[in-house]
Amino acid sequence: MAKKGIPLSVLIIGVILGILFWGGFNWSLELTNTEEFCISCHEMRDNVYVEYKDTIHYNNRTGVRATCPDCHVPREWVYKIRRKIQATNELYHKVLGTIDTREKFEAKRLELARHEWDRMKENDSRECRNCHNYDYMDYPSQGRRAMDNHIRGFDNSLTCIDCHKGVAHELPDMYKDDASAVILKH
Amino acid sequence: MKKIILMRMAVMVGLIGLSAHALAENVQSLRGAALEENSTDAIVMQYQKDEEPIPRDYLQQPPLIPHQIAGYQVTIKHNKCLSCHSWSNYKAKGATKISQTHFENRDGAVMSNVSARRYFCSQCHVPQVDAEPLVENTFEPVDAMRH
Repeated sequence: MAKKGIPLSVLIIGVILGILFWGGFNWSLELTNTEEFCISCHEMRDNVYVEYKDTIHYNNRTGVRATCPDCHVPREWVYKIRRKIQATNELYHKVLGTIDTREKFEAKRLELARHEWDRMKENDSRECRNCHNYDYMDYPSQGRRAMDNHIRGFDNSLTCIDCHKGVAHELPDMYKDDASAVILKH
Repeated sequence: MKKIILMRMAVMVGLIGLSAHALAENVQSLRGAALEENSTDAIVMQYQKDEEPIPRDYLQQPPLIPHQIAGYQVTIKHNKCLSCHSWSNYKAKGATKISQTHFENRDGAVMSNVSARRYFCSQCHVPQVDAEPLVENTFEPVDAMRH
């Protein structure tokens, strides 16, 4: 009588291969999810990374840091994979050299910043909330301005990025957003 | 002849050394240590958190900043201060508005926005720490400015 079903040996090999492939996939995915990987390209290292080093997410009183992927790559698997697939476009532009000089980068800064602002606005600043959750904010221990603006902002269903633009990088030319906050170009 | 020159040089070196020593003894250092000694450890001060506006002591005094400004970007592209203190934003943010003198350029012409020479706020406006004055100061505001 012929045995039905999958032989035990095939099953075991399948499980081992599965672990190897899945583990290998996840491992290499996580390799691309490190600050080291991000700044292995000069586009990131010489522009946004330098600016970020002066900010509170790099250098602060408690020594807790948010590195590039903490803000720019979602943690939940589905969103993470979607963002990683989108990021293949960045590889394409790396090859094209779209922002391979400071001048090219500055010319593109507003557009690139807008992509991140739009993404944050759309997902209710999900990556901020991995660490900063307003359900647990102790308003009285914040400064007066912070307390007033947080309460007012949340009441008006604003999200973090609506106010906290440029917390980790230099702001682009903001003339279109707030002409009062820039030197007018005559 | 050579001896005389050598002697003169020796005397001059000695004089320079003496006068430098005398100078060092008379100079009082604000650091709290003598000139030739290493500085004492710097005292780390915390900038004051949000306070009410600080009254001026004289008419032309740039108002002091009664809050922290760490991380505020002021570049040609964006001015964080003006996102609250500009004429178009101050009401919504409950902030003090910048004075109209800030719209004048160096020729006295009034511009449509903040003049470049008044754009970099912290050149004149500074946040405060709760520190004892380094030197005693007996300045008193005139009666009209007393508060």
